[in-house]
Formats: sequence, C-alpha cells, structure tokens
Amino acid sequence: MALTLQSACSLSPQVALRPEPFGALAYHYGNRRLVFLKHPDMVSVVKSLSDHPTIAATFDACGIANERRPSFLAALENLTKSEIISVG
Amino acid sequence: MSAETLVSQLKRGLDAPICLTWELTYACNLQCVHCLSSSGQRDPRELSTAQAKAVIDELRDLQVFYINIGGGEPMIRRDFFDIIGHSIHNSIGVKFSTNGAYIDTDSARRLAAMDYLDIQISLDGTDAATNDAVRGAGSFDTAITAMENLRRANFGEFKISVVVTRHNVAQLDEFKSLADSYGAQLRITRLRPAGRGADTWHELHPTADQQVEIYRWLLAHGENVLTGDSFFHLNALGEPLPGLNLCGAGRVVCLIDPVGDVYACPFVLHDEFRAGSVLDPGGFTKVWRESTLFTSLREPESAGACASCGSYDACQGGCMAAKFFTGLPLDGPDPECVSGHGEELLSARTSSGIATAPKPTSNHSRPVSLTRKPARA
Repeated sequence: MALTLQSACSLSPQVALRPEPFGALAYHYGNRRLVFLKHPDMVSVVKSLSDHPTIAATFDACGIANERRPSFLAALENLTKSEIISVG
Repeated sequence: MSAETLVSQLKRGLDAPICLTWELTYACNLQCVHCLSSSGQRDPRELSTAQAKAVIDELRDLQVFYINIGGGEPMIRRDFFDIIGHSIHNSIGVKFSTNGAYIDTDSARRLAAMDYLDIQISLDGTDAATNDAVRGAGSFDTAITAMENLRRANFGEFKISVVVTRHNVAQLDEFKSLADSYGAQLRITRLRPAGRGADTWHELHPTADQQVEIYRWLLAHGENVLTGDSFFHLNALGEPLPGLNLCGAGRVVCLIDPVGDVYACPFVLHDEFRAGSVLDPGGFTKVWRESTLFTSLREPESAGACASCGSYDACQGGCMAAKFFTGLPLDGPDPECVSGHGEELLSARTSSGIATAPKPTSNHSRPVSLTRKPARA
C-alpha cells in the first residue's frame, strides 16, 4: 500500500537513531538494516511521527514546506520498506 | 541532501565508527594460508575480560550499533559468551566470524537463545579439497558440522562467509545453493594480501578474467549476497555494485586487535596504520576522534597516478591495504585494477628490482615443528 499524507506512521521500537552531521544513522536491531537519514529535517519528522495522527500533521509540526513534501513522502515510503517506520 | 554529499561527509569521518571489527584473540585452531591477522598463538598481552567489557561500555556510549567480532578463533576465549553477552545486553549487536570448531550441540543451543547475534561460518570451498587447501585439513567437515548444529538448534539465518580466490570463483553458484539449503545468507569478500595472505596473495588472487566473472555474478545477485562492500574496485567495469563506494578506513571503519591496538581497517595490521590503543588515556574515543593517523585519512585524498584515468570516480583507486602490502604507492592503482594498471606497475617494479612490499609487523603463526606428523590421507 502506497503511503499518503493521510497515513499514520510511527518509528519502529526496534530502531535506534544516532545523530550525525548529515542527519542520522538509523539501525534496526531486528532486520539489521542500517539506513542513512540524509537531512536533519528528516530526522525530526521520523522522530515525531508517532506524536501526530497523520504524516501531513507531522510535516506541519516540523515545518516541512509544501514543495519538499513529495520527496519527504517518498523517503518515508522507503523507510517503510526497510521497516524503520511502520504504518498505523 | 544528495548521495554524493553523504559520501563526502563520510569521507571526512564520523564521531564514531559505523562498522567496527574487533579481533578478540590471535589464538586459533587453524592456520589459514590467507589469514589477515597471521593468527595461531594467543598473545599474552590479550585484553582481559574486564578490559574488554570496558571497551564495550565505551562503544555503547558512542552509540555503535553492532560490532564484528573475529580473531583468531574468537570462541577459543573462555570468556567468549561473557563478552558477547555483555555487548548484547548493552544494545550492541554482535556478528562474529568463526571456523565452527567450537559450535557443538550445546553451544549451538546457547547461541540460538541469544538476540541480536549473527554468526558467520568461514568456508572457502564447496568441497573439502578446495576448502582445506586454504583453511587446513578437516576444516571443511568442521564447518559443515557447525552448520548442522546451528540448523538443529533452530538458530535461524546464519551467514556463510567466503573469501574469493582463483580456486573457488567457479563455485560461486554452488556456494549460493549451499547457503540456500541451510536457509543461510551468503557473504563473499575480497582476498587481501594482508597477514599470511601477503605471502599467498600472488598465487591465490583471482585472475583478470575471473574478476569480470565475480563482477557479473555480483550484479546478477544484487543485494541477496553480502560483500561488506569489499569489491568496489570492480565498479570500474560498469554499473556500480550495491553498497558504499569508498574506502572506509579510519573514516567509518576501524579495527581493534586482541591487545587493544586500534588500526584503520581489518586489512592493515601494520605499524604504519596503527592509530593508538584502547588502553591509552582517553581510550578508544580519543584514538578515533583525534589520532594523527585517522585525522590524516579523513583529509581529501589525491588521485595521484589515477587522476588521468576516467574510471577513478567509479573505483576510487581501490583498496589501500591491497596497495600497501603489494608495495604499490597508496595514491596509485590497486594491484587488481580492472584496467590492468596495477598489474603493469607491479611487474615493472618487480623487473626493476624496486618491489619491496612491507611485511606485516606482527606474526602470531605457530612455529612449524619439524616433527609434526603429516595429516593422514
């Protein structure tokens, strides 16, 4: 299922984030995947997903401008594939 | 941020390594002819259990997510389970490499009960003749027994780790089938001329044609086969292989040896690439962040003799360790450069008599006994 702005998401409890100058490293202890979050704004989004009912609300709260939302949404979609974040 | 700027950030180094290898002991029941650490005998200065645990506590504070444990044969250490238990308990996942000799029924069960643990069984041939020629008599059967024990203990997906040599390139498909039959994951890595491998590399490293074969095979298998990103020198052949295309030495990768010395990567156990010790004041953190060696490895590198080659962006000049231990300049081509520049340079240097490759600084090989009985046929 494709992710939409209305989807609800959260960071997997099995994931640890390590802050880095480019953003953060995300490591999933279950599937052993290491993923680069390549922008500090992406890190803020990922961290606060579970505080908001929808991705759109998370973007609002993190101040992600409209023109950046499609690429952020695509990045989040990728993070669901590596199970860093989960839908629902 | 584009992928390119991510790579340049990684080249400047991170506050803590992403991937850290820790050789727990130089003791080994085997004496593989390509051993990177020339293992065999235990070093009497080996880190104690308490010192090892203190290193783990430091890595936890640095938020290192997982460590790669090797040796020697790490399971030889009596405190092996104590050390890996301490690591896992501190949220540092463990992946360890073993020849399998100590994975009996009991330890297989014990390993299967642990979370955040990955096991790599080393195997360098799909038959005893090919494997044992490199790893020693009986080592093939030992590895298979360990794999059987892990399967019976329901360990789940372990890894079979292969060093690719000219004698097993033709077995890549068979390795994949073997791994599949155990529900295991295949990992293949590049042969490095380090440790005892410095002496055997010239006979064992894949030929130029075989390198193309490896490249095509890896492209066809994509991310289903692990490589530790060790074949990036092959990217000059065309489409890049999966993984980070860079030498991570001292930037995102390093090695801690059994006595606590910190080296830039697992393939350069030599004084020139020793950055310090975990026992120095400031510990591992200070070595990683401030050592002169690691700081210099994070400076922008010069393409040197490779600057005029159109493939430099693709292959990054290859592997520093491979150049170093074959006596080639570090700012020139890899000895296995796919355009043949490394080979040209090597033979030119050999014929002019200037090829003096540095020897590994320490050697833990067991002395050869003249009274040693030959292995029974």
